Amino acid sequence: MSAHAEAHAAHPPTAHQSSRVDAPTLGMLLFIASEIMLFGSFFTAYFFVRVVNEASAWPPEGFHLPVFVAGVNTAILLTSSFTMHWGLQSIKRGNRAGLQAGLVLTFFLGLTFLLTQMLEYSRIGFAPRDGAFGSVFYGLTGLHGAHVAVGLTLLGFATVRAFRGHFTLEHHHGVEIPGIYWHFVDVMWIVVYTTVYIL
Amino acid sequence: MINPLRSEAEAYRFLLLTVGYFAAIVIATLVFGRWFGFAVFVALTVAGLVYLVRARRTEPPRRVAARQGSEHVRRILVIANETVGGEPLREEIRRKSEGQEEQVLVISPALNSPLKHWASDEDAARVQAQQRLEASLQRLRELGVDASGEIGDAEPLQAMEDALRLFGADEIIISTHPPGRSNWLEKGIVERARERFSVPITHVVVDLKAERETRS
Repeated sequence: MSAHAEAHAAHPPTAHQSSRVDAPTLGMLLFIASEIMLFGSFFTAYFFVRVVNEASAWPPEGFHLPVFVAGVNTAILLTSSFTMHWGLQSIKRGNRAGLQAGLVLTFFLGLTFLLTQMLEYSRIGFAPRDGAFGSVFYGLTGLHGAHVAVGLTLLGFATVRAFRGHFTLEHHHGVEIPGIYWHFVDVMWIVVYTTVYIL
Repeated sequence: MINPLRSEAEAYRFLLLTVGYFAAIVIATLVFGRWFGFAVFVALTVAGLVYLVRARRTEPPRRVAARQGSEHVRRILVIANETVGGEPLREEIRRKSEGQEEQVLVISPALNSPLKHWASDEDAARVQAQQRLEASLQRLRELGVDASGEIGDAEPLQAMEDALRLFGADEIIISTHPPGRSNWLEKGIVERARERFSVPITHVVVDLKAERETRS
């Protein structure tokens, strides 16, 4: 009998796993890879519009972006990443209260970011139909906003589970994965804010 | 290559690096002009990519799957590519299995060029590896060794880990070309395998060129 056949006969073999990344994390990484491609297509559109408008001022005349307000919003989102990280570090030390506080703070900071962005839309003075710049601006920031909304949903579930005592020092995968996603959303905002608002 | 988003802590570190990266570009652009900002962007991007590609994760030794099968059978995992048919390797396997019941699993990684690897064009590499493996298994059986074989992952450490999950080996033999001609030695595969797996590891050097010259 071959070595493998004998091993199978003794008891079912250990699950064969080519990747050293566990399946849920691998799933999130593949999802993030697809998201990078999605954002990439929107950035391509943005830079195309920007390059063909190279001769004129950027943003085009008549468009004014609230750089300061968006900067404050950026600081809010970065702070939410810090609270997320703090929450996870807390549960890794067995501190459930720290995890709960971290998740609640992250959720409300993320919500503040989203509400501020909606307020910005209502006062910005142009709409998606106002030329290519309007379309691409709302496309990029709106796409990011949608991701923040998805992140808030994941955080909402994680927060409820944290208060129900689902997470422990050993088992906190349900927070780790939304945490990776949340930091990814923040990274994308840094790219959006820098390219659209500042440079 | 290192994955910067493999855990929350790594993703957080990646976020901080992203903030630093864009801050440097913005400051360079606003202070020194667009082209200087572009130069900083190119320099930092290249440096970041080189780091990501070259960086290697240090991992603690991992537990090997529990022994399966009879206590009296010695299980030897052999990992070898082009050197799989080499005389020193066959001699080492024969020596280790002398005087006791043994089971040998030979893993031959399907070595491929990076371009073909990324294009998933590995059929030819697998066929070549299979031919080398079959020839080697035939000679081992002629020596009376109970040997079976498989084509493994192109990454030798991954191939060893995959094999260990199903074949609870007592020891591993890694066969390479001599120093200076071995890509595996260049990459430190033997040292890294010793760090990663908690079973004894024997390194066998096979000089195929010298063997051919001796024969002719």
